[in-house]
Amino acid sequence: MLSIKNLQAKIDDKQILNGINLEVKAGEVHAIMGPNGSGKSTLASVLAGREEYEILEGEVTFQGKDLLELSPDERAREGIFLAFQYPVEIPGVSTINFMKTALNQIRTHRGQPALDAVSFLQLMKEKMKLVEIDQSLLNRALNEGFSGGEKKRNEIFQMAMLEPKLAILDETDSGLDIDALKIVSNGVNKLRSKNNAVIVVTHYQRLLDYIVPDFVHVLYKGKIVKSGTKELALELEAKGYDWIKDEVSVG
Amino acid sequence: MSVLTTDKNITTQIASFIKQKVNVDADPIRKEALEDFERLGIPHAKHEEYKYTPIARVLEKNFSFTPSPASGPIGSIDQFFIKGIDADTIVFIDGVFSKDHSKISSSDVKVLNLKEAIDSKNEIALQHFGKYADFRNDSLSAWNRAAWTEGVFIHVADKVSVAKPVIIYHITNATDGEVTAFNRNLFVVGKSAQVTIIEKYDSTGKANHFSNFVTEVVVNENAGFEHYSIQNDQNNRFQRNLTQIYQKNSSRVNTYTFTLNGKFYRNNLNLILDGEGIESHMYGLYLLNGDTLADNHTVVDHMKPNSFSNELYKGILDDSSKGVFNGKIYVRPQAQKTNAYQNNRNVLLTDTASINTKPQLEIWADDVKCSHGCTTGQIDEEALFYLQSRGINKDTARAMMLYAFAGDVVDHVPNEKMKEYIDALISDRLHKDF
Repeated sequence: MLSIKNLQAKIDDKQILNGINLEVKAGEVHAIMGPNGSGKSTLASVLAGREEYEILEGEVTFQGKDLLELSPDERAREGIFLAFQYPVEIPGVSTINFMKTALNQIRTHRGQPALDAVSFLQLMKEKMKLVEIDQSLLNRALNEGFSGGEKKRNEIFQMAMLEPKLAILDETDSGLDIDALKIVSNGVNKLRSKNNAVIVVTHYQRLLDYIVPDFVHVLYKGKIVKSGTKELALELEAKGYDWIKDEVSVG
Repeated sequence: MSVLTTDKNITTQIASFIKQKVNVDADPIRKEALEDFERLGIPHAKHEEYKYTPIARVLEKNFSFTPSPASGPIGSIDQFFIKGIDADTIVFIDGVFSKDHSKISSSDVKVLNLKEAIDSKNEIALQHFGKYADFRNDSLSAWNRAAWTEGVFIHVADKVSVAKPVIIYHITNATDGEVTAFNRNLFVVGKSAQVTIIEKYDSTGKANHFSNFVTEVVVNENAGFEHYSIQNDQNNRFQRNLTQIYQKNSSRVNTYTFTLNGKFYRNNLNLILDGEGIESHMYGLYLLNGDTLADNHTVVDHMKPNSFSNELYKGILDDSSKGVFNGKIYVRPQAQKTNAYQNNRNVLLTDTASINTKPQLEIWADDVKCSHGCTTGQIDEEALFYLQSRGINKDTARAMMLYAFAGDVVDHVPNEKMKEYIDALISDRLHKDF
């Protein structure tokens, strides 16, 4: 589904990604872990198409298409979804109208007819239940005045609505209490299928108790320095990141 | 010294133009006004109130101020009418009242030609005419006072609530050369009365045209007045308005100024709150592109205690358009317990668009609540990326954000039909496709 080869990227004059290689197949969940500043969020941003980053080398193909050639909205219409670490507040833009516009642009791209108001609201109700989000939140302007937890839940709600093929969760767990974390994880798990894939970017192992990964990768200084299964995450939790750093410097 | 001579030249030119058009010697008021005009002169670039609005240069460059051939009959003007709104309509063409196009059906509002009302010594008209605007210290107002020819006098009697809005269409026929119009309006809203007046400005033809309008409004005790100004003409319109609103105890005023198209607008809007328990709201939205210049100068003068004023002006500036906002709030020594708020927000879409914004608060009372704020920025790239990351294409995402920004003003329009009309204008302008 997603193939990343030797991806190198910089922002301003600072190179952040130094040759990432990663293969993600349908049905898989990959966790990307690593200490602060290792390039985790940069990788998520580059995949979603954030324009501040300049690609220096490498290639990314998504379902056979050159992802780096596509604008952020084209990527989303192809099936990529980024759950933001810091979802943006957009005053005046109603969540419902925003969601309807996004969904219908994606549906049009997929060759499906646009949803009318009734079917849209029906779908929304269904997905709201899935992520346990309240109607009153969605009646407000997009993320405006939402608490941290409400924002993250809204991200997963959007993901449920748009049914992406590849979801990238960028530190979705940060700032969440345990109840909110469970709700968010539960939502993600319900959306998992053999046809889609998830990349979970996180600093902490805690989230991976709830969203169990097939693979765990450790990112350090812009490179994947170690890959393994979910046990690797537990090891990181127990030992911290220093031993990885030592291993890398020795190697 | 070229600036100063330029301004003198244009002043002299305009003065002689006024004399050709009206017999100032026959009327002591016009004579005084012309003298004031010549003494004050068209403001030059160093004038504090015209620092960013080079009116002398603009007039000199675009107008000859010599009589031009009369335009032929105007074609259909239906396209200028606001559809779907049940209103009484008054039409002026080149500043002249057009009886054929006007339609007043309601009996609860008295509409007269202001000139005729004055000439026939209408008591109410005489009581208020020329009593509110400061003609002696403002050259543009002096010019209007010397040169005005026609206008509307609207009187709403005490306790009458006028159901239908009154729409005044100011249409210019600029097919055969430059046109100038100097209208004067007087609106008197009686005690506990209520009226909505909409003014809209349009034109046909390609020649430059300049309007210099003065409107005086008296809103009596406990009365309500709603005023809309729809400025959406072609890029040969040059206009200066003074709207002077005088409010008495417990009166309510809402003004809405929408500027979308045209070449040059200078809107002076002054609210004099000479009473207690007054509530005033001033809303403005300017969506500018091309090389349009829109200058909104507003004054709120709190003269008595316990009144409330709120001002919200927002602008989106594209291409090389220019915006100017100046908001003065005066709170006089005895105007304790005043609440006065002001907010001006702008989005610049290009490097060549500009806005000069200046809040000016002068507060002499010590127990008041006043606040002001102004912001100018670009479109929020992070928000744009967020919308795009959900599959919304960039143009739609931009339109969504700008529409939301503008909607903040449109939401305050209470008349549903007007709201629909303005929403359609703005949606069209911002290429709303969601």
